[in-house]
Amino acid sequence: MWREEATGERLAAVFLLGLALFSPLVLRLFDRGPETVLAGIPLLYVYVFGAWGLLIGLLAWAMRSRPAVPPPREPPPLDFSV
Amino acid sequence: MLPGWLILLTSFGYLSLLFAIAYYGDRRADRGRSLIGHSSIYALSIAVYCTSWTFYGSVGRAASTGLGFLPIYLGPTLMFALGWAVIRKIVRISKVHHITSIADFVSSRYGKSHLLGGLVTVIAVVGIMPYISLQLKAVSSSFAVLLHYPDLAAAHPMSASPFEDTALLVAMVLALFTILFGTRHIDATEHHEGMVAAIAFESIVKLLAFLAVGAFVAFGIFGSPGELFRQAAAQPQLARLMSVEAIGPNWITLTLLSMAAIIFLPRQFQVTVVENVDERHLEKAVWLFPLYLFAINLFVLPITLGGLLRFPGGALDTDTFVLALPLAEGAPYLALLVFIGGLSAATGMVIVETIALSTMVCNDLIMPVLLRFGRLHLSERSDLSGLLLGIRRGAILFIILLGYLYFRLIGESYALVTIGLVSFAAAAQFAPAILGGIYWKGGSRQGAVAGLSAGFAVWAYTLLLPSFAKSGWLPESIVDLGPFGLHLLKPYALFGLEGLDSISHSLFWSLAANVGGYVAVSLAGSKSTIERIQATLFVEVFSQSESGRGLGAWRGKAAVADLRELAARFIGRERAQQAFADFGRRHGFDIDKRTEADADLVQYVERLLAGAIGAASARVMIATTVQGEGIGIEEIMEVLDETSQVLEYSRQLEHKSQELEAATRELQAANQRLKELDRMKDEFLSTVTHELRTPLTSIRSFSEILFDNPELDATQRGEFLSIVIRESERLTRLVNQVLDLAKIEAGRMDWHLEDLDLAGLLNDAAASLRGIFEERDVGLDLRLPAPSPLVRADRDHLTRVVINLLSNAQKVCGPGTGRVEMWMEPGEGEAAVFVRDNGPGIEPDLQDKIFEKFYQLAAGGTGNPSGSGLGLAICRSIVERQGGRIAVHSRPGEGATFSFTVPYPPG
Repeated sequence: MWREEATGERLAAVFLLGLALFSPLVLRLFDRGPETVLAGIPLLYVYVFGAWGLLIGLLAWAMRSRPAVPPPREPPPLDFSV
Repeated sequence: MLPGWLILLTSFGYLSLLFAIAYYGDRRADRGRSLIGHSSIYALSIAVYCTSWTFYGSVGRAASTGLGFLPIYLGPTLMFALGWAVIRKIVRISKVHHITSIADFVSSRYGKSHLLGGLVTVIAVVGIMPYISLQLKAVSSSFAVLLHYPDLAAAHPMSASPFEDTALLVAMVLALFTILFGTRHIDATEHHEGMVAAIAFESIVKLLAFLAVGAFVAFGIFGSPGELFRQAAAQPQLARLMSVEAIGPNWITLTLLSMAAIIFLPRQFQVTVVENVDERHLEKAVWLFPLYLFAINLFVLPITLGGLLRFPGGALDTDTFVLALPLAEGAPYLALLVFIGGLSAATGMVIVETIALSTMVCNDLIMPVLLRFGRLHLSERSDLSGLLLGIRRGAILFIILLGYLYFRLIGESYALVTIGLVSFAAAAQFAPAILGGIYWKGGSRQGAVAGLSAGFAVWAYTLLLPSFAKSGWLPESIVDLGPFGLHLLKPYALFGLEGLDSISHSLFWSLAANVGGYVAVSLAGSKSTIERIQATLFVEVFSQSESGRGLGAWRGKAAVADLRELAARFIGRERAQQAFADFGRRHGFDIDKRTEADADLVQYVERLLAGAIGAASARVMIATTVQGEGIGIEEIMEVLDETSQVLEYSRQLEHKSQELEAATRELQAANQRLKELDRMKDEFLSTVTHELRTPLTSIRSFSEILFDNPELDATQRGEFLSIVIRESERLTRLVNQVLDLAKIEAGRMDWHLEDLDLAGLLNDAAASLRGIFEERDVGLDLRLPAPSPLVRADRDHLTRVVINLLSNAQKVCGPGTGRVEMWMEPGEGEAAVFVRDNGPGIEPDLQDKIFEKFYQLAAGGTGNPSGSGLGLAICRSIVERQGGRIAVHSRPGEGATFSFTVPYPPG
């Protein structure tokens, strides 16, 4: 059960990190005008997509490092396909 | 450029392909080999979130706000991080309760309420109407652009003649397609596996199309993204889009809005929750779906900037850049692919959304009405599945036409994203009732009704109404000046709240009204029993579903045949038969041999029906079949009563058992005491006989001597005779004492209680013994207070006690040195009398025993050989009988003090 909780906590941390990364104040830090480029791409764009990619990576990490939890007992299936 | 027939042919070809996939998916599902049993397919189906809004509208949005298009995709990313637990809980609840739509969910949570189901349905249909019109607008205008480019004047989607109106044509085709897709048969689970497969396929197509056009713009037209950005940066207009300034004020609002939308839009609820076949698929979707969003947005900015560079000066609607760029650069087939991608995005949304809405309209709006006003004699019709399908098909057509109508009325006045946000704000109205519903047991039906209606009303007033005004269907003064000139009621500045964009403004007021109404009414009002039950089942779904049972609360009896008949009416005879056989097989019995249904079966059928006609209606239908009713309040009360009675019984039982234990203990004690008494009686008898025998032996032997020796001299004879007399006296005394004791203990002693002068009594008693004391040369001191207290006692008996104690005292004292003191002390409620000697004293462990019968102190030869051993026992009986206590205090070598108390007269 602690593993479920650990996953939940990790995801909550990722969420909070996301809030911070995408807060307008932080965005402003990376707003260095169109001349400031990284690999030819404006820094602000690089930052936003970089941070987004980081979040997705962290999400994948939080979920994939989840040990195999036995599936919850499903209610009896109601499919009765003909 | 491209011939119209080619576009149409490709479009229909593509739609046919989709249909084939759906058909194949359904066939596979029917054969039990699901196409969609893979978590990636699930994640792709959630990507139905990306509609024409994403495909065409993001570029349009980015053209004016730079990064401002992005919160719509960041929100879902955040929500999937935060909401993993929330979504999982909703999915679990929906599986357990057979929820088939968002209206069903809300209705079921708040006591299977028809009213709430209907309300949610109305909100959803009205709220989503703009969103559907957005899709129609996107498809028809993209078709027009593709057909007429570069003759943009002709690319006006609206035409006077309905036959040339592409939007209407698109609407009709989509309606037909959706009907074919989603309502081929009624399924108890509302699973549309084929549809999900097709949607997943569409997600791939639209992603590939968008990536293709993005790569074409970034690498094909401009050589590299760096070059593209360099060129854009050179133009101040475009350079502005690369700053935070361009984003505008509603970054946070849009993030929040899209967080709500990713769960509460009816189509998202449909694919994420209802169509979920395995809860574990969610684990992969948590990151795969955000990754999809990331990928499809990667090229939005390059396309935007490329379009702005290529079509400067607002020559072209920015929403059409995605299509216009490849057309302008001479890549018509890429443009066709883009068109197909856009068509995918639009059709996916319309199909899922209208299926979800039609299910709601049918189950939560129309069926309850039909069931309530039984004009159709539903209960007499043998097969209602046809009727259900008809209702759903009609609903699909109605909803799409409603979207079309909105498009005709409003469509031209707004950009795609603005239209879509109106719908997002409507979907957000579900958030309080649902989130509150799964985490807060206190949320009530009335609260949900109040919150939803208040939020919906504010939404309609602040977003829907102005859109009609702006399009000229209502006087525009309503927006600018407020209705009837009331400035406080201006829809875009309600109660003077200015400085926000219209979406943030509406969201603030509608959610304030919604949450406020929900919480306040929930707290103020009361809840019915079924509300309480459902609230607990929803909030505690994880613990409930893990325990496996406890969902239904159907009591009472139902015939299997009745239930089968009922199920057959709604889902068709064959499927009902199958379902029942299935149930029997799972539970290990032959269903055909059963006549009476148990609670499990009743519940199973309720859930079957819930899939077809909604939870609330299913409950009503089942209630008609189950004898002894369902969960009426009386019954619940009865159950409660029974429970409390059982509790009461158990409490009483516990009490009784405690009493019993106490009685047992008492009995044991009594038994112990009886045994003790029995032993004492034996001892008493043997002691008495022994004590009797000693003087008797003495008397007999002296009598025999006298009898046998008549020649004894007179002196000797006199001596012997005096011994006989003394022993006879002793015998008499002993017999008298035994009799006395027996009488006291049996309560047969005569008592003449009177008020006595205690000092006088003590004096008299001492006086009668004065001779003996002088004879043995033992001193006797009396210390008696002058005003002597009156006590209540029997004079003779009390005198006997005093004499007994005094005479014992003088016996243990040595002649010449012996001193006996007697005094009295008045106390609280009683007077105490003390008799002290300076004899050898009594060992502590013997002090209790000396009051027992026949106990004689043998210590140091100072015992009382002439005593019967009954004196102190009689004293104790007398003192206690008169309400006093007797005790002895002594230390060996220091004499002993006997004390007893006598109560004062009462009053």
